[in-house]
Amino acid sequence: MSDVVLPLSLQTNRRLDKWLRFQPDRTVRLAVGKVEIGQGVLIALSQIAAEELDVALDRIDILAGDTAEAPDEGSTSSSLSITVSGASVRLASAELRARVLGRLAQRLNCAPAELSVEDGVFLQNGNPTGHDYWSFSSAEDFAADITGTVAPKKPSSYRVVGKPVPRRDLLPKVTGAAFIHDIVRPDLLHARVVRQPSRSAVLTALDTAAIEKAAGAPIRFVRLANFVAIVGADETAVQRAAVAAPAHATWTGVPTLTPAMGEAGYFRGQPSDDRHIGDPVAPASGEVVSQTYSRPYVAHAALAPSCGLAEFRNGRLEVWSHTQGVYPLRNSVADILGLPREQVIVHHAHGAGCYGHNGADDAALDAAIIAQQIPGQCIRVQWRREEEFGFEPVSTAHMTKVSAVLDANRKPVDWTVEVWAGSHVQRPVFGGNMLAHEALPNPAPPPKANDPTEANGGGGTRNGIPLYDFPAKRVIHHLALETVVRTSSLRGLGALPNVYAIECFMDELAERAGVDPVAYRLSLLSDQRARRLIEDVAARCQWSKRGPAGTGRGLGLAWAQYKNRAAYACVAVELDVDYEVKLRRVWCAADAGLVINPDGARNQLDGGIIHAASMTLKEKVQIDGAGITSLDWDSYPIMRFSEVPEIDTVIMHNPDMPTLGMGEATFGPTAAAIGNAVAHALGVRIRDMPLTRERIAQALVR
Amino acid sequence: MAIDLVVNGQRVSVAVEPTTPLLDVLRNHLDLKGTRYGCGLEQCGTCMVLIDGVPEYSCAREVGTVGGRAITTIEGLGTPDRPHPLQQAFIDEQAGQCGYCLSGIIVTAKALLDRNPSPSRTQIIEALDNHLCRCGTHTRIIAAVERAAKAGAPA
Ligand code: FES
Ligand code: FES
Repeated sequence: MSDVVLPLSLQTNRRLDKWLRFQPDRTVRLAVGKVEIGQGVLIALSQIAAEELDVALDRIDILAGDTAEAPDEGSTSSSLSITVSGASVRLASAELRARVLGRLAQRLNCAPAELSVEDGVFLQNGNPTGHDYWSFSSAEDFAADITGTVAPKKPSSYRVVGKPVPRRDLLPKVTGAAFIHDIVRPDLLHARVVRQPSRSAVLTALDTAAIEKAAGAPIRFVRLANFVAIVGADETAVQRAAVAAPAHATWTGVPTLTPAMGEAGYFRGQPSDDRHIGDPVAPASGEVVSQTYSRPYVAHAALAPSCGLAEFRNGRLEVWSHTQGVYPLRNSVADILGLPREQVIVHHAHGAGCYGHNGADDAALDAAIIAQQIPGQCIRVQWRREEEFGFEPVSTAHMTKVSAVLDANRKPVDWTVEVWAGSHVQRPVFGGNMLAHEALPNPAPPPKANDPTEANGGGGTRNGIPLYDFPAKRVIHHLALETVVRTSSLRGLGALPNVYAIECFMDELAERAGVDPVAYRLSLLSDQRARRLIEDVAARCQWSKRGPAGTGRGLGLAWAQYKNRAAYACVAVELDVDYEVKLRRVWCAADAGLVINPDGARNQLDGGIIHAASMTLKEKVQIDGAGITSLDWDSYPIMRFSEVPEIDTVIMHNPDMPTLGMGEATFGPTAAAIGNAVAHALGVRIRDMPLTRERIAQALVR
Repeated sequence: MAIDLVVNGQRVSVAVEPTTPLLDVLRNHLDLKGTRYGCGLEQCGTCMVLIDGVPEYSCAREVGTVGGRAITTIEGLGTPDRPHPLQQAFIDEQAGQCGYCLSGIIVTAKALLDRNPSPSRTQIIEALDNHLCRCGTHTRIIAAVERAAKAGAPA
């Protein structure tokens, strides 16, 4: 049937045996290209397979992210795993079940409708047939392309999907070794990289004797142009050498940056690629108001610095990485090292939560470069804390100006969002560079500014067009051609700064109109799913009893549908401001359609709230001199236990609607709800994140 | 030179310089990988161990200073087959996203519950405030410690 549109992952991985296999120990091997990055995706995909195959959940043996054995599903990002990979697993499982049962019906000479499956065992009209998946399935069931024509189960019949199910990977993580950092291989050597301070820097002198002395145990150097690594059997010595090394390396061509270059406002007036999306500009007829909001450069700041392992034996390179995409990494590594892609294998291993494109891939390339120079050994590269903060790609600073033309009732009739930002995604396939590639003898050309297309949700423009019923809306995007530090994707891309701007501006417009902010929003919103969330949160936070502005206690609310196509979330925040912001309570409601694992979903939503609150209140990458100077947790503080509010999250029951990705849904609404609550508490608006003590003091004297 | 340690109740001797960080000794010489590197700067808590029952960072602690003292790592609490009640409470609450912060946090929580079997929420928060969790799992982590305390989870 040619009119079936398969999910992307199935289009590129058609054969059933790419996905599923029955194993002799009565388990089912499910192979997927999406990987665990702390979001609990693997248990959700296992639930889907168990549901469609009718086997117990604990029979699903999942293999994730492996270029040797799992399908290519690109990157694990953008809240797409359940919508794309989940849909693929669902169709593949349903089809496999139907194929096997179809053959059984022939064998038993009965109608397929007489057959059912109970934990993998086949029944005919409820009676045993003596057959099951493991005894009856044959190679021919698998050696076929998935057609996508077998209808999966109806949600109303689900037994496994939609139930809160515990993850399996937490037990090792609370008892001992569980991460890439813990992998031990034969012939293991530890390595650290002496980082090139910037893309243009050239190494003119390296005092290896002084570094060897600091190591205190045997080390060796791998040097290729401006790439320098320290390698040895004793990790402590290698680490000592790495700490000492920068003082014994001389570089030229290092830029001199200023803190002003690290502000979002710096992008104004810089060369940019300009685009206009949405309705054409109309001549203004009415009162025009506008405000400008910003967020600085922010870091992923994973709790564990990145790690990569690589072994080069007989021309074949094997790599372990906590990357978001094993196939894209394999391709980049192979191309950079001049190896045929089939000779490079990448295995995914768990790392700390990554929230986007951090140093993971770069650490893997470091290890691969060294391994190629030292064949026959396993090279383990462990980035240092200052290396992770100093060299991971960060999220670009981002400035959003919102303008509205108001009618006589002070409601917008025309709406413009204008964005100035660097690239929100610079993976190697998107014009970005892998870090060490810039130091090699044939260095990568300068990175090219790039952003996801609107069809993929946009980058700087993500959530730039609000879902309110304005007659005319547009977004104007100034994509800076260069950023002063390397940038790439971080949870939500432009959604957080854009939703912050839009939802703060809505409060400002409501105030100007003399209307309650929630009532103002509802009067401009016909999307029923959004209305339901706003009304739910407003009721739970007792919005109607909200006090006057300027008392030091604030209540603020905001909402968005992530990417205007993934999950909806509405968030209200109650806080106190007394020199600094103290969050008290957060209420959240989300609508993600059919939710596979409600417990995992809630974990993601709440995690997003705390992460976004941290970013909104505290986080800013400091830039000065050669690059990033916020290199530890003192200069880059994040939210602590004593600062975390109580959170009350409700997930709407909506199982008949398609699953919507929710990993990033609370991100923008939380930031904006905090912005609105702070404005309510102070009676003064702060438009530039982070909302620190200094910013509050400045706002109060204005 | 050899340094004698008592780790998880076992006497061990390691041949390292006394200035070697305790974290490196645990991970690389004793193969106890549950104690994790996060910063090496005593700022994040992923490397937390108990030294004579008191939570201490191991990343910047020279092994020569802990000779003969009782060191407890996460492996000294329970195993995947027989998790300690605190570890079980974290599973029961599904108190983790990436999980990298958890071993250090559980070690600190163990010291808290040993000292104070029924801590208030505020006392739990105070005890854990040296630990960072980047995934924002804080509220579940607090709930897990409360659950363990309710279940009476002392050593
Ligand atoms: S690794 Fe010891 S506190 Fe971070
Ligand atoms: S669960 Fe990831 S850092 Fe705490």
